[in-house]
Amino acid sequence: MVETMSAHSGTTRRDFIYLATGAAAAVGGAGAVWPFIAQMNPDASTLALASVEVNIASVKQGQMITVLWRGKPVFIRRRTEAEIKAATDAKLADLSDPETDQKRVQKPEWLILIGVCTHLGCVPLGYQGAYNGWFCPCHGSLYDTSGRVRKGPAQKNLEVPAYTFASDSLVRIG
Amino acid sequence: MSGHASTYQPKTGFERWLDKRLPLPRMMYDQFVGFPVPRNLNYFWTFGGILTLCLGAQILTGIVLAMHYTPHVDLAFNSVEHIMRDVNYGWMIRYLHTNGASMFFIAVYIHIFRGLYYGSYKEPREVLWILGVIIFLLMMATAFMGYVLPWGQMSFWGATVITNLFSALPLVGESIVTWLWGGFAVDNPTLNRFFSLHFLLPFMIAGVVALHLWALHVTGQNNPTGVEVKQNSDVVPFTPYATVKDGFAMVVFLILFFWFVFFNPNYLGHPDNYIPANPLVTPAHIVPEWYFLPFYAILRAIPDKLGGVLAMFGSIAVLFLLPWLDTSKVRSARYRPLYRQFFWIFAVVCVILGYLGSKPPEGLYVVAGRICTVYYFMHFFVILPLLGFVEKTKPLPMSITESVLGAGGMGGSGTPAGATAMPERKG
Repeated sequence: MVETMSAHSGTTRRDFIYLATGAAAAVGGAGAVWPFIAQMNPDASTLALASVEVNIASVKQGQMITVLWRGKPVFIRRRTEAEIKAATDAKLADLSDPETDQKRVQKPEWLILIGVCTHLGCVPLGYQGAYNGWFCPCHGSLYDTSGRVRKGPAQKNLEVPAYTFASDSLVRIG
Repeated sequence: MSGHASTYQPKTGFERWLDKRLPLPRMMYDQFVGFPVPRNLNYFWTFGGILTLCLGAQILTGIVLAMHYTPHVDLAFNSVEHIMRDVNYGWMIRYLHTNGASMFFIAVYIHIFRGLYYGSYKEPREVLWILGVIIFLLMMATAFMGYVLPWGQMSFWGATVITNLFSALPLVGESIVTWLWGGFAVDNPTLNRFFSLHFLLPFMIAGVVALHLWALHVTGQNNPTGVEVKQNSDVVPFTPYATVKDGFAMVVFLILFFWFVFFNPNYLGHPDNYIPANPLVTPAHIVPEWYFLPFYAILRAIPDKLGGVLAMFGSIAVLFLLPWLDTSKVRSARYRPLYRQFFWIFAVVCVILGYLGSKPPEGLYVVAGRICTVYYFMHFFVILPLLGFVEKTKPLPMSITESVLGAGGMGGSGTPAGATAMPERKG
C-alpha cells in the first residue's frame, strides 16, 4: 500500500474504486427507488376499467342520472330549453373559467360531466344553488346549468369526460 | 444537564458484569431515576409522560385491532362492526383506540400551548421544539389515515377532500393525487396503503420521540420561571419526584379518557361514519375530526384553492420558525406582561377557529374565519417579533430556588435530600 501511494503522487487505485463504487451506488440507488414509487400509481386492473355504456332512453327532460365511471360519479343531465338558454346566455366575462356552453356539450340537450367538485373532490348536488346547476355541500362552490363554476372556492368548471353517442339512446363514457 | 455525573451504582454481580458490556441499566438509571429536573415544574410538565402513555396505548390497541380488521373496500366496514359485536372485548379495544386518538390530541395541544406559554422553544431548545412539531405532523398524518380505515362516509369523503388538497399544486398536482390514490378516485388501493402506513407511522413517531427525549435530556427541561438551572438546589431527582407527579397526572388523565370510553364513546366522533362509504353521495356537512378543525377553518377562509392549502400547511409550518420569530430574551410569560395577554388572545383565536371549522362555510362564519386566520398569522409574523423590542419585562428571579423559597430562603433547609448528592454551591 505504501508503495502504491508514493508511486502515484496521491491518486491511488483505492481512489478510483471509491469513486466508481460511489457512482454505481448512486445510480443503482436511484434506480431501485423508482419501482417503489411507481407501484403506487394506478395498476393494470384499475387502468382496464376504461369505459362504461349507459342507456339514456328513459331519462326525461329536466332529469339527471348519476353513473359510476372509474370510481367517480358521472352526471348525465337532460337539460330543458330554459336550462340550455340560461347556459348559452351567460356572458363569458362573468365566468371565472370562461368556456362557451357549445364547447362543453355534443348535443345541447345532453350535459355529461364528471360529478366531482373541482375544489376538493366532493359530489355536488344537482338542481341547487342560485344558478340551478350544482351546489357543492362541502365548501359552497356553485355551478351553472353548463357545469361551469360561478362561485368559489372552486376555480375550474366541472370536467367533461370523453364520451361518444353510440346511438340516440346509448352513450359510451371513456 | 446531560453532563450531570452518573450516579448509578451497580448493586448485584450481574449488574456489574452487564455494566462493563452494555451499560443499558446505567443509561436508564441516569435518564429516568437520577436525572435532575427543575424543582418548580407544575402539572403542565406532566403531559410529556402522558403523551408517551398515549402512544403506547395506541400502539397496543392498534396492533390488536389489526388482528381483526380487513383492509378491503367490501369488507372493511363490516370487519369494524365484527370487532364491535363479535370479538371478545373488541368494542372496548376499538373505543380505547378511537377515543385514545382524541385524548392524544388533547394532551398534545396542552403540551404545545405549555411550550408556547413558558417559551420552551427558545434557545437552546430549538431542535427539541422542531422535533416536537415533526411528531405533531406525523400524529396528524397517522390520525387522518386511521380515520379512513373504518370506511364510513366520513372516512371516504375525508380522504377524498384531504388527498385533493394536493391537486392544488400547479403542474404536478393531478399526478400526485392519482399517485396517492393508486387510481382515479379514493378506492381499494387507497384503503390498502393507508392501512399499511397507519401501521408504520406510530413506530416512526416512537423514533422521533426518542430523539425528542434525547434533545430534552441534553438541554434539560425548561421550567415555569424560564430561568436555567444554576445550582444543585434548583433540581430534584427524576425519581421519585417527577415519576410520582407524572404517575398521578396519568391517573387523572385516564379517568377522563375512560369516562369517554365507557360512558360517551361516540361523543368525539361523527355519526355519519356509521354509514358505509358511498362514492356517489357526499354527506351534507363534511367535517374532519375535532382536532383538525382549526386548520380546516384556515383552509376554508381563503377563497383561492392553492392559497387555502398553503395557508393551512403554513399555519403548522410557521411553528418551525417560531424560535426565531419570537425576539424576546425572556422565556416565561410569567415575566412578560404583554406576551401573556397576547398568548391568551391567540389561544382563544385557535378555539374560535376550531368552532368555525365545524360550521358550514357561509355568511358570518366565513368572515369570522378570515379575521381569525389573519390574526393567527399576525401573532407569529408581527406581534411576536415586535414584542421583543417594545415589551418591558418583569425582573427575573436569580434562580429557580429563589423563585420557590424567596430571596431569604436560600439556605439548605428547603432543599430536598435527594438533590444533595454533591456539595451545595450557594448563590
